[in-house]
Amino acid sequence: MNHAAPVIPIAPIAARAPIWDQLVRPEHVHGSLYTDPAIFQEELRKIWYRTWVYVGHESEVPKANDFVMKSIGPEPIIMTRDRENKINLLHNRCPHRGNRVCMSEKGSARSFTCPYHGWTFANDGQLKGYPFPSGYEGADRSELGLGRVARVASYKGFVFGSFADEGPTLLEHLGAAKDSIDLLCLNSPEGEVEITAGFLKHKVKSNWKFLVENETDGYHPSFVHASIFEVAQSGIGSLYSSDSTAVSRYMGNGHSENDLRPEFRKRDIPMSWFNTTAERLPAYVASMNTTYGIDKAREIMIDGTPHTMIFPNLFIAEIQLFVIQPLALNETVQHVTALQFKGAPDLNRRMRQQTMGSVGPAGFLLADDAEMYERTQLGVQASNPEWLFLGRGIHRERTDENGHLIGDATDETPSRGIWRHYRSMMEAA
Amino acid sequence: MQQEVNDRGLLEEVTQFIYREARLQDDHAYDEWEALWSDDGIYWIPANGEGTDPENEMSIVYDNRSRIALRIRQFHTGKRFSQTPRSRLRRIVSNIEILERDGDQIRATSNAMVFESSVRGDTVWASRNEYRLRRGEGGLLMALKKVVLVNNETALYSMAFLI
Repeated sequence: MNHAAPVIPIAPIAARAPIWDQLVRPEHVHGSLYTDPAIFQEELRKIWYRTWVYVGHESEVPKANDFVMKSIGPEPIIMTRDRENKINLLHNRCPHRGNRVCMSEKGSARSFTCPYHGWTFANDGQLKGYPFPSGYEGADRSELGLGRVARVASYKGFVFGSFADEGPTLLEHLGAAKDSIDLLCLNSPEGEVEITAGFLKHKVKSNWKFLVENETDGYHPSFVHASIFEVAQSGIGSLYSSDSTAVSRYMGNGHSENDLRPEFRKRDIPMSWFNTTAERLPAYVASMNTTYGIDKAREIMIDGTPHTMIFPNLFIAEIQLFVIQPLALNETVQHVTALQFKGAPDLNRRMRQQTMGSVGPAGFLLADDAEMYERTQLGVQASNPEWLFLGRGIHRERTDENGHLIGDATDETPSRGIWRHYRSMMEAA
Repeated sequence: MQQEVNDRGLLEEVTQFIYREARLQDDHAYDEWEALWSDDGIYWIPANGEGTDPENEMSIVYDNRSRIALRIRQFHTGKRFSQTPRSRLRRIVSNIEILERDGDQIRATSNAMVFESSVRGDTVWASRNEYRLRRGEGGLLMALKKVVLVNNETALYSMAFLI
């Protein structure tokens, strides 16, 4: 079967700067967007090193002087909490000869010392000193600190960084996706999420955009995950069928979601979103009732947590947090951990157990998603047809009460939105 | 009371058990492999080092006996796409030592190198494996298999086969 993409001859990418409207169209994207090294370099510049990128969570550096190694795209970033409790995002590069100043994944340190020539930096990035200082008479020490990510901001503990000095604020960037973070935190009896269970790092030979699109692709679960739905009592399958009342949504600024609440509300059973019952989590339910009152708590526990992809790299998947990191054109890492709610030990234990079962290199779900990313990456190297078809559900796409585009549970409304946003970012100078 | 472990006969028995387990994994003989487990078996592949507390920190695999059974049932559907087609596997197991013996409980260790050929390409996996074995009616059974991958602190490709 051949989807009738409009045939407009285009010159080889390498020969000229890409003309984005010829590569990204409303219902089609060109295969070279996943395979052209020049496009990947351009994405680093125009997306990863410009927009707000999720880096880490404040709970990963709970105490003054804690640090943890993170990244923005391929670049390693040290997230520190300095002695004033301020969060800093620092480049892991000595300003002297370019060596790495930190080789530990995490820990506690008031300062970082470069092993090459002994330059020492405070955990807010400032140069504290260098050996034999008479050799630097007249040098301006304030200019010789660690590189700092230009803008750092956090929302409800979620820390984002932007390499660009200017641009939209974090809240402007999050837009409607802010509501997803709010909804997530609401499921905690103390209103807070914690990231404390450690990360699995799952590498795939695939372009990062296949992952971003897949996170809110409601079309694939019935097929890719059929093996586990068949043998485990999973409630996930029916959420992504043609009978489902769940919707897919494009929220603007590249963010998308599968809003499963209509299905959960139809079921009207607290904790069914987690495929369990209130009786099995008495301590959690009691804490929720105390915090929110019985009626509101019931509402929250029916609605559950969001399934939202915050462009370009933060995926909140009900019980997990994924961070997408592009390393190269066809190499991407998914960092994944179980979400943990403050004050909910019984729920947290189940979230860890289920996360370990479903994600990471051997996960019941994610190993099969990874297989699809890798095979699509191999597939798009074939030259005919040149285009990928994203037209599913365009005839029934509609606008919700907030003005966001929605489609049925299995429609490609999210992907079309992501690509529209991508094009606008790539078209910018 | 711990007994002397330099028992050549026991070492031979444990070695044969570990070789057999390796062959069943390489051949995707899922049911025969599952039959090697005791009822309280734990299959554990830690992430990020030697193995912090699997009850509190993420592991690549931390299966109890019922989850091991689920894993096997998933393979049998024929729709476990990360193993359809199956990885072609051959492994070398070596450095087998018995570390402890306490009655019918045996703690043994080995090194393993696994060569995997899959759709993605060829991947080499290296690990130190630790076993807790128990004598059952039909021979030894695994109560614990812990696979500590040498590179488990780094990002890893999918490894949906049995390691």
